[in-house]
Amino acid sequence: MPLDKMMSAAEVIAELRDGMTIGIGGWGGRRKPMALVREILRSPLRELTVVSYGGPEVGMLCAAGKLRRLIYGFVSLDVIPLEAHFRRARQAGTLEVMELDEGLLQWGLRAAAMRLPFLPARTGLGSDVMRVNPDLATVRSPYADAESLLAMPALTLDAALLHVNRADRRGSSQLLGPDPFFDEWFARAATRCYISCEERVDTSCFDDAQLARVAMPIERSLVNGVVEAPWGAHPTSCAPHYGIDVKHLKEYSATAADDSAWDEWRQRWVDCSPADYLAAAGGAEHIASLPLPVF
Amino acid sequence: MIASPAECRLSELCIAAAAEAWRDDGEVLATGIGLVPRLAASLAMASFNPELMMTDGEAYLVSEPVPVGPRGDYRPRIEGWMPYARVFDNLWGGRRHAMVTPVQVDRYGQSNISCIGGDFQRPKVQLLGCRGFPGNTVHHANSMFIPQHNARVFVKGEVDMVAGIGYRSERLEPGQRTFIDLRLVVSNLCVMDFGGTDHALRLRSLHPGVRLDEVLDNTGFSLEYPEQLPSTTLPSPEQLALIAELDPHDLRAAIWPDNPPAVPLA
Repeated sequence: MPLDKMMSAAEVIAELRDGMTIGIGGWGGRRKPMALVREILRSPLRELTVVSYGGPEVGMLCAAGKLRRLIYGFVSLDVIPLEAHFRRARQAGTLEVMELDEGLLQWGLRAAAMRLPFLPARTGLGSDVMRVNPDLATVRSPYADAESLLAMPALTLDAALLHVNRADRRGSSQLLGPDPFFDEWFARAATRCYISCEERVDTSCFDDAQLARVAMPIERSLVNGVVEAPWGAHPTSCAPHYGIDVKHLKEYSATAADDSAWDEWRQRWVDCSPADYLAAAGGAEHIASLPLPVF
Repeated sequence: MIASPAECRLSELCIAAAAEAWRDDGEVLATGIGLVPRLAASLAMASFNPELMMTDGEAYLVSEPVPVGPRGDYRPRIEGWMPYARVFDNLWGGRRHAMVTPVQVDRYGQSNISCIGGDFQRPKVQLLGCRGFPGNTVHHANSMFIPQHNARVFVKGEVDMVAGIGYRSERLEPGQRTFIDLRLVVSNLCVMDFGGTDHALRLRSLHPGVRLDEVLDNTGFSLEYPEQLPSTTLPSPEQLALIAELDPHDLRAAIWPDNPPAVPLA
Protein backbone atom coordinates (compact mmCIF):
# COMPACT_ATOMS: atom_id res chain seq x y z
CA MET A 1 0.00 0.00 0.00
CA PRO A 2 2.29 2.78 -1.21
CA LEU A 3 -0.05 5.70 -0.63
CA ASP A 4 1.14 7.50 2.52
CA LYS A 5 -0.30 10.89 3.42
CA MET A 6 0.90 11.06 7.02
CA MET A 7 2.23 14.49 7.95
CA SER A 8 2.93 16.46 11.10
CA ALA A 9 0.73 19.41 12.00
CA ALA A 10 3.67 21.73 11.34
CA GLU A 11 4.16 20.22 7.88
CA VAL A 12 0.50 20.83 7.04
CA ILE A 13 0.61 24.45 8.13
CA ALA A 14 3.89 24.97 6.26
CA GLU A 15 1.97 24.22 3.05
CA LEU A 16 -0.36 27.18 3.68
CA ARG A 17 0.45 30.70 2.50
CA ASP A 18 -0.40 34.23 3.60
CA GLY A 19 -3.71 35.45 2.23
CA MET A 20 -5.14 31.98 1.60
CA THR A 21 -8.83 31.11 2.06
CA ILE A 22 -9.06 28.32 4.64
CA GLY A 23 -12.19 26.32 5.47
CA ILE A 24 -12.40 24.91 8.97
CA GLY A 25 -14.67 21.93 9.67
CA GLY A 26 -16.74 21.10 12.75
CA TRP A 27 -19.54 23.21 14.13
CA GLY A 28 -19.40 25.80 16.94
CA GLY A 29 -17.92 24.05 19.96
CA ARG A 30 -17.84 20.65 18.29
CA ARG A 31 -15.12 18.67 16.50
CA LYS A 32 -12.90 21.59 15.52
CA PRO A 33 -9.38 20.78 14.26
CA MET A 34 -7.85 22.66 17.19
CA ALA A 35 -4.41 21.03 17.06
CA LEU A 36 -4.05 22.31 13.48
CA VAL A 37 -5.45 25.71 14.47
CA ARG A 38 -2.90 26.02 17.28
CA GLU A 39 -0.22 25.28 14.70
CA ILE A 40 -1.51 28.22 12.65
CA LEU A 41 -1.44 30.39 15.78
CA ARG A 42 2.25 29.50 16.22
CA SER A 43 3.08 30.10 12.56
CA PRO A 44 3.94 33.37 10.81
CA LEU A 45 0.83 33.02 8.59
CA ARG A 46 -1.26 36.16 8.23
CA GLU A 47 -4.04 37.83 6.24
CA LEU A 48 -6.08 34.64 6.12
CA THR A 49 -9.70 34.41 5.01
CA VAL A 50 -11.52 31.79 7.08
CA VAL A 51 -14.80 30.07 6.18
CA SER A 52 -16.41 28.38 9.18
CA TYR A 53 -19.40 27.31 11.20
CA GLY A 54 -17.55 29.32 13.75
CA GLY A 55 -16.36 28.19 17.15
CA PRO A 56 -13.37 29.03 19.36
CA GLU A 57 -10.93 28.74 16.47
CA VAL A 58 -12.40 31.93 15.02
CA GLY A 59 -11.87 33.90 18.23
CA MET A 60 -8.34 32.54 18.66
CA LEU A 61 -7.39 33.45 15.09
CA CYS A 62 -8.87 36.93 15.67
CA ALA A 63 -6.96 37.35 18.93
CA ALA A 64 -3.69 36.25 17.29
CA GLY A 65 -4.17 38.71 14.42
CA LYS A 66 -4.27 35.99 11.76
CA LEU A 67 -7.52 36.97 10.04
CA ARG A 68 -8.14 39.45 7.32
CA ARG A 69 -11.64 38.24 6.53
CA LEU A 70 -14.23 35.91 7.99
CA ILE A 71 -17.06 34.19 6.10
CA TYR A 72 -19.60 32.80 8.58
CA GLY A 73 -23.24 32.36 9.56
CA PHE A 74 -22.60 32.47 13.30
CA VAL A 75 -19.77 32.18 15.80
CA SER A 76 -20.62 30.37 19.04
CA LEU A 77 -19.06 28.10 21.66
CA ASP A 78 -22.35 26.16 22.04
CA VAL A 79 -22.25 25.90 25.84
CA ILE A 80 -21.23 29.58 25.94
CA PRO A 81 -23.52 31.14 23.33
CA LEU A 82 -21.31 34.08 22.31
CA GLU A 83 -17.62 34.02 21.29
CA ALA A 84 -15.80 36.73 23.27
CA HIS A 85 -12.77 37.28 21.01
CA PHE A 86 -14.88 37.31 17.85
CA ARG A 87 -17.17 39.89 19.48
CA ARG A 88 -14.18 41.99 20.46
CA ALA A 89 -12.85 42.00 16.90
CA ARG A 90 -16.25 42.84 15.45
CA GLN A 91 -16.91 45.60 17.95
CA ALA A 92 -13.47 47.08 17.19
CA GLY A 93 -14.42 47.14 13.50
CA THR A 94 -11.12 45.46 12.57
CA LEU A 95 -12.47 42.37 10.83
CA GLU A 96 -13.65 42.25 7.25
CA VAL A 97 -16.67 39.97 7.17
CA MET A 98 -19.15 38.19 4.93
CA GLU A 99 -22.04 37.28 7.22
CA LEU A 100 -24.39 34.75 5.65
CA ASP A 101 -27.24 32.50 6.58
CA GLU A 102 -25.69 29.18 7.68
CA GLY A 103 -27.54 27.33 4.92
CA LEU A 104 -26.10 29.71 2.32
CA LEU A 105 -22.65 28.92 3.66
CA GLN A 106 -23.03 25.24 2.74
CA TRP A 107 -24.62 26.28 -0.56
CA GLY A 108 -21.48 28.25 -1.42
CA LEU A 109 -19.31 25.26 -0.49
CA ARG A 110 -21.48 22.98 -2.64
CA ALA A 111 -21.15 25.35 -5.59
CA ALA A 112 -17.38 25.29 -5.18
CA ALA A 113 -17.46 21.49 -4.87
CA MET A 114 -19.21 21.24 -8.25
CA ARG A 115 -16.99 23.91 -9.83
CA LEU A 116 -20.05 26.06 -10.47
CA PRO A 117 -19.86 29.87 -10.21
CA PHE A 118 -22.99 29.98 -8.04
CA LEU A 119 -26.06 28.12 -6.88
CA PRO A 120 -29.49 29.77 -6.77
CA ALA A 121 -31.39 30.14 -3.50
CA ARG A 122 -34.30 31.98 -1.95
CA THR A 123 -32.44 32.19 1.33
CA GLY A 124 -31.21 35.72 1.90
CA LEU A 125 -33.88 37.47 -0.16
CA GLY A 126 -35.55 40.28 1.76
CA SER A 127 -32.93 40.15 4.52
CA ASP A 128 -29.95 42.34 5.36
CA VAL A 129 -27.65 39.58 4.13
CA MET A 130 -28.16 41.35 0.78
CA ARG A 131 -27.47 44.81 2.25
CA VAL A 132 -24.29 43.97 4.15
CA ASN A 133 -22.87 41.92 1.26
CA PRO A 134 -23.36 44.26 -1.70
CA ASP A 135 -21.41 41.87 -3.94
CA LEU A 136 -24.21 39.30 -3.72
CA ALA A 137 -26.17 39.34 -6.97
CA THR A 138 -29.48 37.90 -8.05
CA VAL A 139 -30.19 35.77 -11.10
CA ARG A 140 -33.41 35.33 -13.02
CA SER A 141 -34.79 31.89 -13.75
CA PRO A 142 -34.71 31.24 -17.53
CA TYR A 143 -37.94 29.25 -17.27
CA ALA A 144 -41.55 30.40 -17.40
CA ASP A 145 -41.60 31.34 -13.70
CA ALA A 146 -38.91 34.00 -14.31
CA GLU A 147 -38.28 34.00 -10.58
CA SER A 148 -35.47 36.18 -9.23
CA LEU A 149 -33.14 34.28 -6.91
CA LEU A 150 -30.00 34.93 -4.93
CA ALA A 151 -26.94 33.62 -6.79
CA MET A 152 -24.83 32.32 -3.93
CA PRO A 153 -21.22 32.50 -5.19
CA ALA A 154 -18.94 29.49 -4.87
CA LEU A 155 -16.84 29.58 -1.70
CA THR A 156 -13.74 28.01 -3.16
CA LEU A 157 -11.15 27.14 -0.54
CA ASP A 158 -7.39 26.99 -0.93
CA ALA A 159 -7.36 24.51 1.92
CA ALA A 160 -9.73 22.74 4.31
CA LEU A 161 -8.76 21.66 7.82
CA LEU A 162 -10.88 18.94 9.47
CA HIS A 163 -10.71 16.79 12.57
CA VAL A 164 -12.05 13.23 12.30
CA ASN A 165 -12.36 10.28 14.64
CA ARG A 166 -10.36 7.78 12.64
CA ALA A 167 -8.18 7.90 9.57
CA ASP A 168 -5.74 5.64 7.81
CA ARG A 169 -2.52 6.71 6.17
CA ARG A 170 -4.19 6.69 2.75
CA GLY A 171 -6.70 9.37 3.79
CA SER A 172 -9.86 7.32 4.34
CA SER A 173 -11.67 8.37 7.49
CA GLN A 174 -14.68 7.86 9.73
CA LEU A 175 -16.80 10.44 11.53
CA LEU A 176 -18.32 8.63 14.51
CA GLY A 177 -20.29 11.42 16.20
CA PRO A 178 -24.03 11.86 15.72
CA ASP A 179 -23.59 14.67 13.16
CA PRO A 180 -20.97 14.82 10.39
CA PHE A 181 -21.68 18.58 10.08
CA PHE A 182 -20.46 20.05 6.77
CA ASP A 183 -16.97 18.55 6.71
CA GLU A 184 -17.71 16.77 3.44
CA TRP A 185 -18.46 20.05 1.70
CA PHE A 186 -15.38 21.77 3.10
CA ALA A 187 -13.33 18.87 1.72
CA ARG A 188 -14.99 19.04 -1.70
CA ALA A 189 -14.77 22.84 -1.92
CA ALA A 190 -11.05 22.86 -1.20
CA THR A 191 -8.07 22.60 -3.50
CA ARG A 192 -6.23 20.81 -0.70
CA CYS A 193 -7.69 19.10 2.36
CA TYR A 194 -5.88 18.10 5.54
CA ILE A 195 -7.43 15.99 8.25
CA SER A 196 -6.25 15.43 11.79
CA CYS A 197 -7.51 12.28 13.52
CA GLU A 198 -8.11 11.05 17.02
CA GLU A 199 -6.86 7.65 16.04
CA ARG A 200 -4.76 6.39 13.14
CA VAL A 201 -6.02 2.99 12.09
CA ASP A 202 -5.24 0.30 9.58
CA THR A 203 -7.34 0.38 6.41
CA SER A 204 -8.88 -2.97 7.39
CA CYS A 205 -10.71 -1.13 10.22
CA PHE A 206 -12.94 0.46 7.57
CA ASP A 207 -14.22 -2.90 6.33
CA ASP A 208 -17.67 -2.33 7.84
CA ALA A 209 -20.54 -1.83 5.40
CA GLN A 210 -22.93 -0.27 7.92
CA LEU A 211 -20.45 2.41 9.02
CA ALA A 212 -19.20 2.96 5.48
CA ARG A 213 -22.65 4.17 4.45
CA VAL A 214 -23.16 6.78 7.17
CA ALA A 215 -19.78 7.57 8.71
CA MET A 216 -17.49 7.95 5.69
CA PRO A 217 -18.64 10.94 3.62
CA ILE A 218 -15.10 11.96 2.61
CA GLU A 219 -13.42 9.64 0.09
CA ARG A 220 -9.64 9.53 0.29
CA SER A 221 -9.00 11.22 -3.06
CA LEU A 222 -10.17 14.44 -1.41
CA VAL A 223 -7.51 14.22 1.28
CA ASN A 224 -3.95 15.49 0.85
CA GLY A 225 -2.59 15.00 4.35
CA VAL A 226 -3.38 13.05 7.52
CA VAL A 227 -2.14 14.19 10.93
CA GLU A 228 -2.29 11.93 13.97
CA ALA A 229 -3.59 14.21 16.71
CA PRO A 230 -5.26 12.45 19.63
CA TRP A 231 -7.35 14.91 21.70
CA GLY A 232 -6.85 17.23 18.73
CA ALA A 233 -10.31 18.79 19.00
CA HIS A 234 -9.84 19.90 22.62
CA PRO A 235 -11.30 22.20 24.02
CA THR A 236 -14.15 21.47 21.58
CA SER A 237 -15.90 18.11 21.72
CA CYS A 238 -15.18 15.02 19.66
CA ALA A 239 -18.13 12.67 20.08
CA PRO A 240 -18.20 9.90 21.08
CA HIS A 241 -14.72 10.24 22.63
CA TYR A 242 -15.01 13.41 24.73
CA GLY A 243 -17.18 16.43 25.42
CA ILE A 244 -16.61 20.19 25.45
CA ASP A 245 -14.13 21.49 28.06
CA VAL A 246 -16.44 24.13 29.49
CA LYS A 247 -14.03 25.29 32.19
CA HIS A 248 -11.28 25.75 29.63
CA LEU A 249 -13.55 27.72 27.30
CA LYS A 250 -14.68 29.96 30.15
CA GLU A 251 -11.06 30.79 30.99
CA TYR A 252 -10.35 31.39 27.32
CA SER A 253 -13.40 33.65 26.97
CA ALA A 254 -12.28 35.74 29.96
CA THR A 255 -9.02 36.56 28.16
CA ALA A 256 -10.90 38.81 25.74
CA ALA A 257 -11.03 41.39 28.52
CA ASP A 258 -7.51 42.70 27.82
CA ASP A 259 -4.40 42.04 25.73
CA SER A 260 -2.20 40.88 28.58
CA ALA A 261 -4.71 38.21 29.57
CA TRP A 262 -4.63 36.85 26.01
CA ASP A 263 -0.81 36.98 25.97
CA GLU A 264 -0.67 34.92 29.14
CA TRP A 265 -3.23 32.47 27.83
CA ARG A 266 -1.33 32.18 24.59
CA GLN A 267 1.94 31.38 26.35
CA ARG A 268 0.26 28.65 28.34
CA TRP A 269 -1.96 27.06 25.68
CA VAL A 270 -0.45 27.91 22.29
CA ASP A 271 3.30 28.38 22.64
CA CYS A 272 3.83 24.87 23.93
CA SER A 273 4.29 21.35 22.61
CA PRO A 274 1.33 19.01 22.16
CA ALA A 275 2.63 16.96 25.11
CA ASP A 276 2.75 20.04 27.37
CA TYR A 277 -0.69 21.05 26.15
CA LEU A 278 -2.13 17.66 27.01
CA ALA A 279 -0.55 17.73 30.46
CA ALA A 280 -1.83 21.27 31.13
CA ALA A 281 -5.32 20.25 30.01
CA GLY A 282 -5.34 17.56 32.69
CA GLY A 283 -4.05 14.64 30.65
CA ALA A 284 -5.74 12.10 28.41
CA GLU A 285 -7.82 10.59 31.17
CA HIS A 286 -9.27 13.93 32.13
CA ILE A 287 -10.18 14.87 28.55
CA ALA A 288 -11.69 11.42 28.02
CA SER A 289 -13.88 12.03 31.07
CA LEU A 290 -15.32 15.34 29.81
CA PRO A 291 -19.04 14.63 29.47
CA LEU A 292 -20.62 14.87 26.03
CA PRO A 293 -22.92 17.89 25.87
CA VAL A 294 -26.66 17.34 26.20
CA PHE A 295 -28.63 19.69 23.96
CA MET B 1 -49.72 14.78 42.02
CA ILE B 2 -51.25 16.90 39.28
CA ALA B 3 -50.75 20.61 39.81
CA SER B 4 -53.81 22.80 39.75
CA PRO B 5 -54.13 25.89 37.54
CA ALA B 6 -54.15 27.98 40.71
CA GLU B 7 -50.52 26.96 41.29
CA CYS B 8 -49.56 27.58 37.68
CA ARG B 9 -46.44 29.68 37.06
CA LEU B 10 -45.97 32.28 34.32
CA SER B 11 -43.48 29.92 32.64
CA GLU B 12 -46.15 27.24 32.34
CA LEU B 13 -48.72 29.71 31.03
CA CYS B 14 -46.25 30.78 28.31
CA ILE B 15 -45.29 27.19 27.46
CA ALA B 16 -48.94 26.21 27.01
CA ALA B 17 -49.74 29.38 25.04
CA ALA B 18 -46.70 28.86 22.80
CA ALA B 19 -47.58 25.19 22.21
CA GLU B 20 -50.72 26.44 20.40
CA ALA B 21 -48.43 27.59 17.57
CA TRP B 22 -48.10 23.97 16.39
CA ARG B 23 -51.72 22.85 16.96
CA ASP B 24 -52.81 22.66 13.32
CA ASP B 25 -49.43 21.99 11.69
CA GLY B 26 -49.70 18.26 11.07
CA GLU B 27 -46.50 16.45 10.18
CA VAL B 28 -43.74 19.08 10.22
CA LEU B 29 -40.40 19.33 12.01
CA ALA B 30 -41.03 21.35 15.18
CA THR B 31 -37.91 23.18 16.32
CA GLY B 32 -38.05 25.12 19.58
CA ILE B 33 -34.81 27.02 20.26
CA GLY B 34 -34.44 27.85 23.95
CA LEU B 35 -36.21 26.40 26.97
CA VAL B 36 -39.76 27.77 26.55
CA PRO B 37 -39.98 27.11 22.78
CA ARG B 38 -38.50 23.61 23.23
CA LEU B 39 -40.98 22.75 26.01
CA ALA B 40 -43.82 24.31 24.02
CA ALA B 41 -43.06 22.18 20.96
CA SER B 42 -42.67 19.13 23.21
CA LEU B 43 -46.02 19.81 24.87
CA ALA B 44 -47.70 20.15 21.47
CA MET B 45 -46.22 16.84 20.29
CA ALA B 46 -47.03 15.06 23.55
CA SER B 47 -50.65 16.21 23.51
CA PHE B 48 -52.68 17.65 20.66
CA ASN B 49 -50.34 17.21 17.69
CA PRO B 50 -48.63 13.80 17.89
CA GLU B 51 -47.86 14.02 14.16
CA LEU B 52 -45.08 16.57 14.82
CA MET B 53 -41.47 15.54 14.29
CA MET B 54 -38.77 16.60 16.71
CA THR B 55 -35.07 16.00 17.34
CA ASP B 56 -33.18 15.19 20.51
CA GLY B 57 -31.66 18.67 20.22
CA GLU B 58 -28.70 17.28 18.32
CA ALA B 59 -29.04 14.93 15.35
CA TYR B 60 -31.68 12.25 15.86
CA LEU B 61 -35.41 12.39 15.24
CA VAL B 62 -37.28 11.06 18.26
CA SER B 63 -40.72 9.49 18.47
CA GLU B 64 -41.45 11.23 21.77
CA PRO B 65 -40.11 14.57 23.06
CA VAL B 66 -36.88 14.26 25.05
CA PRO B 67 -37.12 15.77 28.55
CA VAL B 68 -34.84 18.81 28.95
CA GLY B 69 -31.75 18.84 31.17
CA PRO B 70 -29.67 15.93 32.49
CA ARG B 71 -31.26 12.69 31.27
CA GLY B 72 -30.31 10.16 33.94
CA ASP B 73 -31.48 6.76 32.71
CA TYR B 74 -33.72 8.23 30.02
CA ARG B 75 -32.73 7.17 26.51
CA PRO B 76 -34.11 9.15 23.55
CA ARG B 77 -36.49 7.06 21.39
CA ILE B 78 -34.85 7.41 17.99
CA GLU B 79 -37.05 7.23 14.89
CA GLY B 80 -34.74 8.79 12.33
CA TRP B 81 -31.69 10.95 11.61
CA MET B 82 -31.72 14.71 11.11
CA PRO B 83 -28.14 16.07 11.13
CA TYR B 84 -27.70 19.78 10.37
CA ALA B 85 -27.24 19.20 6.63
CA ARG B 86 -30.59 17.41 6.48
CA VAL B 87 -32.21 20.18 8.51
CA PHE B 88 -31.39 22.49 5.62
CA ASP B 89 -32.74 19.95 3.12
CA ASN B 90 -35.92 19.80 5.18
CA LEU B 91 -36.38 23.49 5.81
CA TRP B 92 -35.67 24.69 2.27
CA GLY B 93 -38.55 22.38 1.36
CA GLY B 94 -40.76 24.12 3.91
CA ARG B 95 -41.75 21.24 6.20
CA ARG B 96 -40.76 22.92 9.43
CA HIS B 97 -42.12 25.32 12.03
CA ALA B 98 -39.52 26.91 14.31
CA MET B 99 -39.93 29.05 17.41
CA VAL B 100 -37.05 31.34 18.27
CA THR B 101 -36.18 34.24 20.56
CA PRO B 102 -34.84 37.20 18.57
CA VAL B 103 -33.28 40.14 20.43
CA GLN B 104 -35.22 42.61 18.25
CA VAL B 105 -38.55 42.34 16.43
CA ASP B 106 -40.31 45.08 14.47
CA ARG B 107 -43.94 45.77 13.58
CA TYR B 108 -43.91 43.63 10.45
CA GLY B 109 -42.04 40.74 12.03
CA GLN B 110 -38.49 41.38 10.88
CA SER B 111 -36.17 39.88 13.49
CA ASN B 112 -32.56 40.15 14.59
CA ILE B 113 -30.04 38.02 16.48
CA SER B 114 -26.96 39.20 14.60
CA CYS B 115 -25.72 42.45 16.11
CA ILE B 116 -27.04 45.68 17.63
CA GLY B 117 -26.17 49.34 17.30
CA GLY B 118 -23.34 51.11 15.51
CA ASP B 119 -23.09 50.10 11.89
CA PHE B 120 -22.70 46.60 10.52
CA GLN B 121 -18.95 46.96 9.96
CA ARG B 122 -18.50 48.00 13.58
CA PRO B 123 -21.53 47.01 15.66
CA LYS B 124 -21.89 48.23 19.21
CA VAL B 125 -22.84 44.74 20.37
CA GLN B 126 -21.98 41.67 18.33
CA LEU B 127 -24.26 38.71 19.00
CA LEU B 128 -24.44 35.36 17.16
CA GLY B 129 -24.64 36.40 13.54
CA CYS B 130 -27.64 35.67 11.30
CA ARG B 131 -27.54 31.93 11.95
CA GLY B 132 -30.36 30.32 9.98
CA PHE B 133 -32.84 33.18 10.30
CA PRO B 134 -32.81 34.35 6.64
CA GLY B 135 -33.41 30.82 5.35
CA ASN B 136 -35.93 29.86 8.04
CA THR B 137 -38.12 32.91 7.53
CA VAL B 138 -38.07 32.78 3.74
CA HIS B 139 -39.00 29.08 3.66
CA HIS B 140 -41.27 27.99 6.51
CA ALA B 141 -43.49 28.89 9.45
CA ASN B 142 -41.89 30.72 12.35
CA SER B 143 -43.11 31.78 15.79
CA MET B 144 -41.39 33.68 18.58
CA PHE B 145 -41.10 33.70 22.34
CA ILE B 146 -39.99 36.95 23.96
CA PRO B 147 -39.23 36.70 27.71
CA GLN B 148 -38.92 40.47 28.28
CA HIS B 149 -41.62 42.42 26.48
CA ASN B 150 -40.21 45.95 26.13
CA ALA B 151 -39.51 48.62 23.52
CA ARG B 152 -35.86 47.56 23.18
CA VAL B 153 -37.07 44.22 21.81
CA PHE B 154 -40.23 45.39 20.00
CA VAL B 155 -38.42 48.24 18.27
CA LYS B 156 -39.71 51.33 16.54
CA GLY B 157 -38.93 51.37 12.82
CA GLU B 158 -36.84 48.43 11.67
CA VAL B 159 -34.58 46.03 13.54
CA ASP B 160 -30.85 46.92 13.31
CA MET B 161 -29.98 43.91 11.17
CA VAL B 162 -32.75 42.09 9.33
CA ALA B 163 -31.74 38.46 9.94
CA GLY B 164 -35.28 37.11 9.80
CA ILE B 165 -37.46 38.60 7.08
CA GLY B 166 -40.87 40.07 7.87
CA TYR B 167 -43.90 41.27 5.93
CA ARG B 168 -42.02 44.09 4.18
CA SER B 169 -42.68 43.49 0.50
CA GLU B 170 -40.74 46.64 -0.46
CA ARG B 171 -37.59 44.75 0.53
CA LEU B 172 -38.21 42.28 -2.30
CA GLU B 173 -37.38 42.99 -5.90
CA PRO B 174 -39.85 42.16 -8.65
CA GLY B 175 -39.92 38.41 -9.31
CA GLN B 176 -38.66 37.44 -5.85
CA ARG B 177 -40.82 34.92 -4.08
CA THR B 178 -40.92 33.93 -0.43
CA PHE B 179 -42.89 31.48 1.67
CA ILE B 180 -43.00 33.83 4.64
CA ASP B 181 -45.40 32.58 7.31
CA LEU B 182 -45.05 34.28 10.68
CA ARG B 183 -47.38 32.80 13.26
CA LEU B 184 -47.55 33.31 16.98
CA VAL B 185 -45.58 35.66 19.24
CA VAL B 186 -45.77 34.88 22.96
CA SER B 187 -44.22 37.30 25.45
CA ASN B 188 -44.20 37.53 29.23
CA LEU B 189 -47.17 39.91 28.91
CA CYS B 190 -49.36 38.66 26.09
CA VAL B 191 -49.99 36.58 22.97
CA MET B 192 -49.79 38.24 19.55
CA ASP B 193 -49.93 37.32 15.86
CA PHE B 194 -49.42 39.00 12.50
CA GLY B 195 -53.11 39.39 11.68
CA GLY B 196 -53.05 43.21 11.81
CA THR B 197 -53.24 45.63 8.88
CA ASP B 198 -50.84 44.48 6.15
CA HIS B 199 -49.66 41.69 8.49
CA ALA B 200 -48.72 44.06 11.31
CA LEU B 201 -48.24 42.58 14.77
CA ARG B 202 -51.56 42.39 16.61
CA LEU B 203 -52.53 41.60 20.17
CA ARG B 204 -54.59 38.44 20.71
CA SER B 205 -54.75 37.95 24.46
CA LEU B 206 -53.38 39.46 27.64
CA HIS B 207 -51.86 37.23 30.31
CA PRO B 208 -53.85 37.29 33.56
CA GLY B 209 -53.32 40.54 35.49
CA VAL B 210 -51.63 42.37 32.56
CA ARG B 211 -53.19 45.70 31.52
CA LEU B 212 -53.53 46.78 27.89
CA ASP B 213 -51.65 50.04 28.47
CA GLU B 214 -48.76 48.09 29.99
CA VAL B 215 -48.35 46.17 26.73
CA LEU B 216 -48.78 49.23 24.52
CA ASP B 217 -46.29 51.28 26.60
CA ASN B 218 -43.72 48.51 26.31
CA THR B 219 -44.02 48.14 22.53
CA GLY B 220 -41.94 50.51 20.41
CA PHE B 221 -44.54 50.75 17.66
CA SER B 222 -48.30 51.03 17.38
CA LEU B 223 -49.67 47.62 18.32
CA GLU B 224 -53.11 46.80 16.97
CA TYR B 225 -55.63 45.17 19.28
CA PRO B 226 -59.23 43.95 19.00
CA GLU B 227 -62.11 45.46 20.95
CA GLN B 228 -62.59 42.32 22.97
CA LEU B 229 -59.32 41.18 24.51
CA PRO B 230 -59.49 37.74 26.07
CA SER B 231 -57.24 36.55 28.86
CA THR B 232 -54.60 33.99 27.85
CA THR B 233 -55.93 30.54 28.67
CA LEU B 234 -54.38 28.87 31.69
CA PRO B 235 -52.93 25.40 31.10
CA SER B 236 -55.10 22.47 32.11
CA PRO B 237 -54.03 20.16 34.96
CA GLU B 238 -53.14 17.57 32.30
CA GLN B 239 -50.93 20.08 30.49
CA LEU B 240 -49.24 21.06 33.75
CA ALA B 241 -48.52 17.42 34.45
CA LEU B 242 -47.03 16.97 30.98
CA ILE B 243 -44.87 20.07 31.38
CA ALA B 244 -43.55 18.69 34.67
CA GLU B 245 -42.65 15.42 32.91
CA LEU B 246 -40.95 17.23 30.02
CA ASP B 247 -38.98 19.46 32.42
CA PRO B 248 -38.23 17.08 35.31
CA HIS B 249 -35.53 19.35 36.82
CA ASP B 250 -37.83 22.40 36.86
CA LEU B 251 -35.43 24.44 34.71
CA ARG B 252 -38.44 26.63 33.90
CA ALA B 253 -38.39 27.97 37.46
CA ALA B 254 -35.28 30.00 36.56
CA ILE B 255 -36.59 31.80 33.46
CA TRP B 256 -37.60 34.86 35.47
CA PRO B 257 -36.46 35.98 38.93
CA ASP B 258 -38.77 34.68 41.68
CA ASN B 259 -40.56 32.31 39.27
CA PRO B 260 -43.71 34.47 39.10
CA PRO B 261 -47.18 32.90 39.18
CA ALA B 262 -49.37 32.95 36.06
CA VAL B 263 -52.06 34.82 37.94
CA PRO B 264 -50.51 37.64 40.02
CA LEU B 265 -51.53 37.59 43.67
CA ALA B 266 -54.14 40.25 44.32
